Amino acid sequence: MPTLSVFLDVPLAPKIGSKLLDEFKQDQNPNKVYLAYGVCMTGDGVPWLSPVVPKTLMKLANDPSFSYECQPEQGLDAFVRVTTELLVGRHSPAIVDNRVGGVQTIGGNGAIQLGAKFLKDWYPGSRSVYIQSAQKDQHGLIFQEQGFIIREYTIWDPYRLVSDVGKLIEVAEQAYDKSILVIYNPESFVLPRKKWMKLSKTIKKKQIFLFFDVPHQGFLSGDPDRDSKILHYFVSHGFEFFCSQSLSNSFGLYDERTSNLVVVAMNNKALLCIRSQLTIYARYLWGSPPALGSRVITTVLSNPALRVEWKKSLRGMVENIMLTREKVKEKLRLLGTPGSWEHITQQDGIHSFLGISVDQVNYLVKKKHVYIPKSGQINFTCINSHNIDYIAQSINEAILAIGPGPEPREPPPKPPPSRPDSKDSKLLGIKAPGAKPSPFAALFRK
Amino acid sequence: MADRDFLLPQRSTVRTMRERLVSPVRDFRIDALGAGAGPRPGGVRALAAALGLTMPVSVFADVPQAQPVLVFKLTADFRKDPDPRKVNLGVGAYRTDESQPWVLPVVRKVQQQIAANESINHEYLPILGLPEFRSNASRIALGDDSPAIKENRIGSVQGLGGTGALRIGAEFLRRWYNGTKNAATPVYVSSPTWENHNGVFSAAGFTDIRSYHYWDASKRGLDLQGMLQDMENAPEFSIFVLHACAHNPTGTDPTPEQWEKIASVMKRRFLFPFFDSAYQGFASGDLDKDAWAVRYFVNEGFELFCAQSFSKNFGLYNERVGNLIVVGKDGDNVLRVLSQMEKIVRVVWSNPPAQGARIVATTLSSPELFSEWRDNVKTMADRILLMRAELRSRLEALGTPGTWSHITDQIGMFSFTGLSAKQVEYLINEKHIYLLPSGRINMCGLTTKNLDYVATSIHEAVTKIQ
Repeated sequence: MPTLSVFLDVPLAPKIGSKLLDEFKQDQNPNKVYLAYGVCMTGDGVPWLSPVVPKTLMKLANDPSFSYECQPEQGLDAFVRVTTELLVGRHSPAIVDNRVGGVQTIGGNGAIQLGAKFLKDWYPGSRSVYIQSAQKDQHGLIFQEQGFIIREYTIWDPYRLVSDVGKLIEVAEQAYDKSILVIYNPESFVLPRKKWMKLSKTIKKKQIFLFFDVPHQGFLSGDPDRDSKILHYFVSHGFEFFCSQSLSNSFGLYDERTSNLVVVAMNNKALLCIRSQLTIYARYLWGSPPALGSRVITTVLSNPALRVEWKKSLRGMVENIMLTREKVKEKLRLLGTPGSWEHITQQDGIHSFLGISVDQVNYLVKKKHVYIPKSGQINFTCINSHNIDYIAQSINEAILAIGPGPEPREPPPKPPPSRPDSKDSKLLGIKAPGAKPSPFAALFRK
Repeated sequence: MADRDFLLPQRSTVRTMRERLVSPVRDFRIDALGAGAGPRPGGVRALAAALGLTMPVSVFADVPQAQPVLVFKLTADFRKDPDPRKVNLGVGAYRTDESQPWVLPVVRKVQQQIAANESINHEYLPILGLPEFRSNASRIALGDDSPAIKENRIGSVQGLGGTGALRIGAEFLRRWYNGTKNAATPVYVSSPTWENHNGVFSAAGFTDIRSYHYWDASKRGLDLQGMLQDMENAPEFSIFVLHACAHNPTGTDPTPEQWEKIASVMKRRFLFPFFDSAYQGFASGDLDKDAWAVRYFVNEGFELFCAQSFSKNFGLYNERVGNLIVVGKDGDNVLRVLSQMEKIVRVVWSNPPAQGARIVATTLSSPELFSEWRDNVKTMADRILLMRAELRSRLEALGTPGTWSHITDQIGMFSFTGLSAKQVEYLINEKHIYLLPSGRINMCGLTTKNLDYVATSIHEAVTKIQ
């Protein structure tokens, strides 16, 4: 061929995906365990699926009235309604006032994408987005692509080995006025009422815009309604906010990417305007959202019997997680592992911090074939009756070999720096800034 | 933003409000302004508004309400029309002779198979999509014996319908194509074209979207000279969006000889072809015939993108199945391009949905299901071809002024009738026949029952309104 490729300059991007998972897959050791899956696993080591899902899929496949026509661009109206109600409560004043609604999106990612784009175009505030460290790579990048400045914060207290939601108040206090605060998994926030009031006062005073990210409603208490109480609080206090609500986890239906971007607006007029603009973004991103996932979820949530069954399956799964936590703690106690392990049962949900040091993590990965991310945050559903003994023994061994880890203790009494919990963070964008343009056009002409 | 009150009324306002409240609403808990007071007819806000209190203003108060798409408005007007003779020629999907959507029997069958298959796990698909779907879809477009497939220099990304596939391609080109120009690279779309072409490329960040000559209204056919001239004049490396077959909205495709001329200019001028293939099989009833243009360009050694949609040919509008094919000079180029596309997908929707891809992959990879599907596609194409022939012969029999051969020369779901906006208006208002102001009609809107009515109405419109 006489001409060169027009793609000559395109650099190879590093493979996306977990290095840890690749290492795990290559590991030949029969005892190897991977504790970092993103999805919820069952005791048999397969992804969890609520039993109502296959049943509903079958029902829909045999339903002669099942339509293959395009869904509306903003999604299936019934789906948006039932999931929004699931989030803010059926009797929410915002529903009565008709100022809460949503747009069906492709996964939580799609919801953040639409929301970020909207805020870029229409939010009259600052360009700063505060985002939790763990969500920085995935969701931070979306905001950065829209031109926002990402500021990272964490609510994990490395001294006391707990998630300290109180830190959120500090973040809010130090944040720029009219910035955007992304709160991941707000359901897990246990704060005394007084502190909530302080937080919401600060947020209002600084006119911070809230963007919640609810990835697995129901995974904390086993009751989706109880989990979302905190959002009810914000709705009832007159906040305008966005919330990315992913239904993938709560149903185990990961592959249909069914999510909802919930918009809580000041009034119905604002809601209609915001939704109409979000719809335009969706039109040019994916046309209209895919149907199956939203039909399954709408069917389950609007059918009282199926809804009860779904809730029951969710509760069963969450009880299992709680039991696993108790068992791990108990095994470590019986082994006489140094240190306190109370934090294991004090945390909720599927992912939690084990509270061990980086050296101990390395020891577990290298010597024991127990694959744990550097942060020490593991997926508790990856622990089952087959591997729990091995995991507990390995942790014990790691602690003994490396020496005591970070014991729960009071933080050192040093004056806090000006913005201790939010550092500016520049992510490597999709197109890295250093990418050198080359004069291939000239070569081409030859 | 001093004029924007982001906050709720202060306590003092609330007290004034309490003072102003009178007995009928004594149970109104003032501290629950907008708070967990439970359902209340009209809502707290309505009550407050009635009392003449200023309510907090939304931080988004300046956001205007976007207008709905014209097609949706047309459909809504059609629904409201009580006239029994009404006909909707504006829809964007296939309809049977009974004016109903058609579920392809093969699609229903495969969906049932999938639902009954307990071994399917519902974990996320890979970022680039379902591998069996991507390879089979690309094979259908490029042909079993495509040199590009044999030389291992193609790759693809599962997209959400044709729109999603176009978007990923556009996002990639905006970031990496054409040296340092990127977003400033001109993108040429046909005049007229599907509205989303403009929308997708500008949403992806392209700043210079132009149109090239395509439809010659006087000839009611392709303006080849104009098109070639625009290609000659376009800056080198410009992107040209081409409709692989069944041009939307005109239904007018270049002939193979015309495609050869187009390809030769594009090659000489270093123009990048981005095909949109939304109707393969649906146009002529023959998968290979409808893919001729794309395959010709590949054989000519072009590097190109092709956005495939399976909405129409599978009647699978709801599950959003698309595929973006990348054809490069060699495997290494394609690999690098896909690695960057993976990053883009990661940000845009992270992982595509599975159901539609499973249905298409299952159908295309089984010889029996495949031949069943081909028959189903042919059923749809044949009905459209029949409607074209019937409409033309009726108009010619009525002696309607003008030539009507373009109705059968055109192909695919849409036809550009050549009716003027005024004639369209007449058809809608007087005849209850709904179509777009451009004169585009969906051939599937015609049935054996309404053909006579539509033909005589068009005759009337053309003879009455010049």
